[in-house]
Amino acid sequence: MTVTQHVLIVVGVLFVMLNIAAGLIWVERRMLALWQDRLGPNRAGPLGIFIVVADTLKLFFKEDWIPPFADKKVFVLAPAIVVGSALLSFVIIPFAPGIVVADLNVGLLFFLAMSSIGVYSIVLGGWASNNKYSLLGALRGASQMIAYEVFMGLSLMGVVMLTGSFKLSDIVAAQQDMWFIIKQPVAAIIFFIAGIAETHRLPFDIPEAESELIAGFHAEYSGMKFGMFFVGEYIGITLISSMMTTMFFGGWLGPAFLPPWAWFFIKTFAFILFFILLRASLPRPRYDQLMETGWKILLPLVLVNLLVTGAVALWTRG
Amino acid sequence: MPDDFAILKNLQQRFGDNDIQRQTTIDEILTLWVPKDKVISILRYLKSSVEQPFNFLYDLCGIDERDRAKTNGLPSKDFTVVYTLFSYKRNSFIRLKVAPEGDMPTMPSITSLFKNANWYEREVYDMFGIRFDGHPHLQRILMPLTWKGHPLRKEHPARATEIGPFKLMEDLMDREQAALQFKPEEWGMKRESEDADFMFLNIGPQHPGTHGVLRIVLQLDGEDIVDAVPEIGFHHRGAEKMGERQSWHTYIPYTDRVDYLGGVMNNLAYLLAVEKLAGIEVPDRVKVIRVMLCELFRISSHLVWFGTFAQDVGQLSPVFYMFTDREKVFDIIEAVCGGRMHPNWFRIGGVAQDLPNGWDGLVREFVEMFPKKLKEYNSMVIKNSIFKGRTKGIGVFTLEEAIEWGVTGPGLRACGFEWDFRKKRPYSGYEMFDFDIPIAQNGDCYDRAVVRVEEMRQSLRIVEQCLNNMPEGSYKADHPLTTPPLKKYTMQDIETLITHFLSVSWGPVIPAGEAMSCIEATKGANSYYLTSDGNTSPYRVRIRTPSFPHMQMVPYISKGYTVADLLSILGAMDFVLADIDR
Repeated sequence: MTVTQHVLIVVGVLFVMLNIAAGLIWVERRMLALWQDRLGPNRAGPLGIFIVVADTLKLFFKEDWIPPFADKKVFVLAPAIVVGSALLSFVIIPFAPGIVVADLNVGLLFFLAMSSIGVYSIVLGGWASNNKYSLLGALRGASQMIAYEVFMGLSLMGVVMLTGSFKLSDIVAAQQDMWFIIKQPVAAIIFFIAGIAETHRLPFDIPEAESELIAGFHAEYSGMKFGMFFVGEYIGITLISSMMTTMFFGGWLGPAFLPPWAWFFIKTFAFILFFILLRASLPRPRYDQLMETGWKILLPLVLVNLLVTGAVALWTRG
Repeated sequence: MPDDFAILKNLQQRFGDNDIQRQTTIDEILTLWVPKDKVISILRYLKSSVEQPFNFLYDLCGIDERDRAKTNGLPSKDFTVVYTLFSYKRNSFIRLKVAPEGDMPTMPSITSLFKNANWYEREVYDMFGIRFDGHPHLQRILMPLTWKGHPLRKEHPARATEIGPFKLMEDLMDREQAALQFKPEEWGMKRESEDADFMFLNIGPQHPGTHGVLRIVLQLDGEDIVDAVPEIGFHHRGAEKMGERQSWHTYIPYTDRVDYLGGVMNNLAYLLAVEKLAGIEVPDRVKVIRVMLCELFRISSHLVWFGTFAQDVGQLSPVFYMFTDREKVFDIIEAVCGGRMHPNWFRIGGVAQDLPNGWDGLVREFVEMFPKKLKEYNSMVIKNSIFKGRTKGIGVFTLEEAIEWGVTGPGLRACGFEWDFRKKRPYSGYEMFDFDIPIAQNGDCYDRAVVRVEEMRQSLRIVEQCLNNMPEGSYKADHPLTTPPLKKYTMQDIETLITHFLSVSWGPVIPAGEAMSCIEATKGANSYYLTSDGNTSPYRVRIRTPSFPHMQMVPYISKGYTVADLLSILGAMDFVLADIDR
């Protein structure tokens, strides 16, 4: 691969991801509206798609205000972390054969590491805001995401056992005959649940819980700094959806009448829609209920899944 | 009534013949004047010693008697403090009146006797300046702490134009801000325990979970609520004071805005009391029209509650579906009344107009459409396991606690007590209708929700019966005190013309006396206790609203739960800030 190609891929991935994240503003609002018997944004542009431009412009032109009581450096740093870590994770995602920024042989570990770093944005943002609601949100966020990271990592290990590699392109290639959703259904479900908790989307939007904590950890943020959290959330959704596609639904694999990258995007988009549908339909559990489900149900389940996968892998190998 | 007579005899034997004087009132509630020094022992006796006790402090209010023209030989002096008790066992009220003397009189506090007396006494202090000795925290409750004067005293101005322009200078603003500062020590709260510092979290007055301008200060240990102090009054508009300057007729639109989700149901509570005073008996058609409109408003109010409650626990969509259905209810209400949320449509002795042509089609359409929707919402919200997890076992109170704190309405019925004023003390013809009182057993947030959903079904049954059995007849009683007054003979003789002219321009003169209504409003028992001095406007309007005691109970039922649970508790309570603050 030449340097130009490489640069093209890097720029391309960045461009596509940021646009998808922005486009999701419109997608989410239109889809939510559809499911809630209302119209949603439909004024600017065809089907209201220019709401994306309007929203972005608005965020850019809003006063970029840092509260005088906040810890300034950390306050500025926090939103950068969320976007940075989520975007960096896309480095290892293979969109199609050959289209990947860096096909690391520890790809999966890199993804887990990046999502761990993402937690800092919530903790630091909530702490630096010096606001009681933000603090509560940050505390909730920290414990929720640390807990769910454990199951997230463990649920993926079954796939790693079956493939024998942490490299995502190997994992996709290993699904040539059968997607891992068939072999690892429990892992797939747990990964998805952990993914929702990780992106703190409804029903697990406990760190920001609008009706309780107003906006939780980002209550004090405005302008583009808020925008970063906003975009970071959408990039997070896209990331978890791409990971679902890659790990369990065969990545770019699909019948030949569409190019591989199209299959990848179709599958990913289906998961994004599922994220939005969840938001439209489910209430939010309480923070301690979420933790209880995690530690008492999901953790044992994922461990059993690992044991069984290991046993089967050993047995088939003979 | 023989029952009343027995109590009176009993009390007179025990507390002295001369001290207890009976007053006859139009609403036939046993009304007794008792001396100040004996009021606690009499109340204690009525609460615990008498057979079938009066264990529910229904209302506690004051009256400024200094401008009264007609005292009719009653022992009233400067002020009157009125205690209204209710006995569920007897199904009857009793009213005790005490006449403290002086410009700033004092009374003994009964907070040790009735838990819900706390806020009522604070309100009487706030409104009249009557101090209650022994009250744990006698502080203004509805008015700002910085307020000068006591609004319901007769010398206090009723209009802003009477007190000169208001200017908010910087120093005044600072003083007002300082008064809003919460000082935990004032409420007997500690800032830290042995192993933790408490966090004081200010929920409101602007907060998406409080459904209006309500402030609750939470004392938190982590996320667990140690104690809570609700602060109300942000929505206070002086509805009771306005009653004293409006005519009997022109006060009706103000009632609409008390429980602003209940619409004409507020009109009904007020008018039932006025009609008692005036001695008006309304025709059957009026009764049925009123019942139908009230039940439609009950459905609409419960729909708002249902949607926002789901939203409080994080479910975003139901509120949109339910508001859409609420619009359908409003379509009917708009067709009938012309208004939507505050139709101001009932009149003294009737309603404003007859039902419009085609009303039955609209109502029938709704009656046929709604049960299906309700079933869908039931499976969407009530049967959802996360919703159950958020509401079951949260904010529990027992029946005894409910009565002690003055809980009425669905909250009471969720404790397994089959009590509905529509059934037990029928008014406006509810005895003619066939419906059930839904109850639940556990007294938690979930049960309150279940009861309300079932109530919508029962309301629909009532609406359907109204639809099928709407009596013929006039939409207004044939009585000289109805408003607008009858015009039948005005063009034939001068005397009726003059009377008509006067009752249109001044409004009707309602005979002196006092009467209290009691209805099962959307949120619980709602009462208007009216005192007439034989004038064109009421002498005193007392509005007993259900949300006031409910809100008072919040600290008691939220202790030990988490911040997230507080939202479930508030949501399940179904309060309206205007209903609390008036």
